[in-house]
Amino acid sequence: MTQVTFLTPREHPLSTTTSPTPPSPAGGPADGGKTRRSPASIALWVGVAVVGAVCWSVLALSRGESVSALWILFAALSSYLIAYRFYSRFIATKVLKLDNTRATPAERLENGNDYEVTDRRVLFGHHFAAIAGAGPLVGPVLAAQMGYLPGTIWIIVGVILAGAVQDMVVLFFSMRRDGKSLGQMVREEIGVVGGIAALIAVFAIMIIILAVLSLVVVNALAESPWGVFSIGLTIPIALFMGFYLRFFRPGRVLETTAIGVVLLLLAIIGGGYVESWGLAEALTLDKETLTLMLVGYGFVASILPVWMLLTPRDYLSTFMKVGVIVLLAVGMLLARPVLSNEAVTSFATDGDGPVFAGKLFPFVFITIACGALSGFHALISSGTTPKMVAKEGQVRMIGYGGMLMESFVAISALIAACVIDQGLYFAMNSPAGLTGGTAESASQFVGTLGFSITPEDLTKAAAGVEEELISRTGGAPTLAFGISQIFDEAFGGGLAAFWYHFAIMFEALFILTAVDAGTRVGRFMLQDTIGNVWPKFGDTSWKPAAWISSALVVACWGYMLYVGVTDPLGGINQLFPLFGIANQLLAAIALTVCVTLFLKHGWLRYVWVPAIPLGFDLVVTMTASWQKVFSDNPAIGYFAQADRYRTAREAGEVLAPAADADQMGTVITNSTTNGVLQATFAVLTIIIVANAAVIWVRAVRAGSLPTTEVPKVESTLVAPSDFFATAEEKAAVAAWEAERKESVGSGR
Amino acid sequence: MRRALAGIRWYLREWSGEGRWDAYLADCERVGMVPMTRREYERHRDHLREHSTQGRCC
Repeated sequence: MTQVTFLTPREHPLSTTTSPTPPSPAGGPADGGKTRRSPASIALWVGVAVVGAVCWSVLALSRGESVSALWILFAALSSYLIAYRFYSRFIATKVLKLDNTRATPAERLENGNDYEVTDRRVLFGHHFAAIAGAGPLVGPVLAAQMGYLPGTIWIIVGVILAGAVQDMVVLFFSMRRDGKSLGQMVREEIGVVGGIAALIAVFAIMIIILAVLSLVVVNALAESPWGVFSIGLTIPIALFMGFYLRFFRPGRVLETTAIGVVLLLLAIIGGGYVESWGLAEALTLDKETLTLMLVGYGFVASILPVWMLLTPRDYLSTFMKVGVIVLLAVGMLLARPVLSNEAVTSFATDGDGPVFAGKLFPFVFITIACGALSGFHALISSGTTPKMVAKEGQVRMIGYGGMLMESFVAISALIAACVIDQGLYFAMNSPAGLTGGTAESASQFVGTLGFSITPEDLTKAAAGVEEELISRTGGAPTLAFGISQIFDEAFGGGLAAFWYHFAIMFEALFILTAVDAGTRVGRFMLQDTIGNVWPKFGDTSWKPAAWISSALVVACWGYMLYVGVTDPLGGINQLFPLFGIANQLLAAIALTVCVTLFLKHGWLRYVWVPAIPLGFDLVVTMTASWQKVFSDNPAIGYFAQADRYRTAREAGEVLAPAADADQMGTVITNSTTNGVLQATFAVLTIIIVANAAVIWVRAVRAGSLPTTEVPKVESTLVAPSDFFATAEEKAAVAAWEAERKESVGSGR
Repeated sequence: MRRALAGIRWYLREWSGEGRWDAYLADCERVGMVPMTRREYERHRDHLREHSTQGRCC
């Protein structure tokens, strides 16, 4: 490879830190300057509030009648607008006191690489693409078994008071520390014990997340030749894009992505012909085969140069992600679908739902993690994003605004799951051990739940999307079915099968990207950790270390994936709670860091901002962890389940849905593994919170404590704070740019 | 309409990183430096990406 010499950071031509003049007043206030509220503005916000109040009232009062999904959509949108306008502004100006006269790390340390001043709207796009994955699509679909109301309330209230707050505050604190990672902040601000616990917890939680995401893909592609054909082709398409960008048209990302998207659409259309091309049998793969293929693929993908596969597929998946979300919003407005399920089902109160076991509290709150509160976001908010923020005031739109967008995705997914026939919903989402795997037996099983769908209707629905639909657990097929129904209604043309596979492609594509990227992040973490005792291993360009650590990471999530795939009880209903609790425990760790820093800074008055979500999150996750570990109900408690099967095996019995003694053994091993992991995550989190509590007491007694915040350096950069620049900001930016040009011109 | 399309084009180019080449050229000109070739520039960016730990969320 050609060796390229680059300029030092300060000489870098992309540096924007060379302004000779101090910032204009518009660079000061983080909220873009105080504006006098005009009657029109007051009327607008009163209007938004009235729309929200009407929508929430309809949702609260409607029972046993047909309810349009648009009530949910507009309740969400109006709540987001009000929360963004008022609560996030309060946090920005009163609590965090975002200071636009303070230079961000991107401004101070700009090097044209990781530290880089980035346009706020562009960074918003990058941040959203990094935080939004399959989580907000899958969780709400599964939680729909409890009705549309619990999920709707948690997604909207959760994001406003918890998820968006976490993302914004972590982004702020990381930015004030030159973009330190969450693990580093735990170690430096809480202590070594907490730091080690956080390192283990973050790594282990990431493994579970990768395994569950992979399980969603395996479940969506098993016995689906169309899906396997389309998703399989994404690999050569991405490789083609990688080589095209590397050798033929360097840097032409949009042109290459446009070609890639066209090829993707052709791959989806082509999938409809696999049978007539005689490929159906070869591409009909069982779950075990797909698991092995995915593990092999994951390893190869993570050690290939990123330009070859990861980067081009990331372009594809991001464009598909944004495209589908926009299409879904438009589709819902055009189709105006009606909700098919009840506001709150009996599964919410009895806890005996077939999709996952447990009552509304705490399980709806851990099933829907992403979209309401996702700890994984703290890793993004304390990773790349804080190193690219141009002005402190922009933390609000990127951190809080980005999470509101993800919440909107979750609400769309919830609606898509709630508009499909509920008999079909439960036939698709109940494990094969319950449905029996045929239309007749599934119809009978759904009847026992109190819903009705005839075998003929089940067969007809499956024929409509040219797929098997019985026990297609994991959420992705249900969401794809809901999306296909909405798009078919909205856009017509009888293309339900195309839209179904389009949605599957969209989900699988970015799950695979998340798996590759996650494996690489896990590899770096492992190399970094082992590098502390064996420095050579920490060298990320040393191939043996890269390969060994990649193999270890893949082996970890591959094993958990195998556990899910082979579990006779059904993988998703066993592993998804573990995934949700793990993600929420990560949020607890992130919020613990936030509370600690509030107290160390002496902001006791406002500590409730992160403390309320932390308290709620701890109650939810610890209750859920307790139940998953200690419940004597085998449907909920992992160890109770293992005991039940162990006792039966010792008595020579075979318990359904296990078919033989081997499967009994599998249930015992899997349940024990899940239980041990569940308990480990909870204990690690308790260690971190306990370590932090010691600091809290010290900080409250002392009034404040020193932190690792980087001292203030005056900013010389002028940029707007919010999505839309105010007139004052525009004028300030224009004046600043004119001054820069003048200064550069005279300096030549 | 033309302004809106130009805005979308600008956003997509910035978001995908394609616009960085133009900014690099402009900045090289500003500081009187001979720019590297497009291929060299993009390879350097690939190299930086290879060692970045940007994750993708669930």
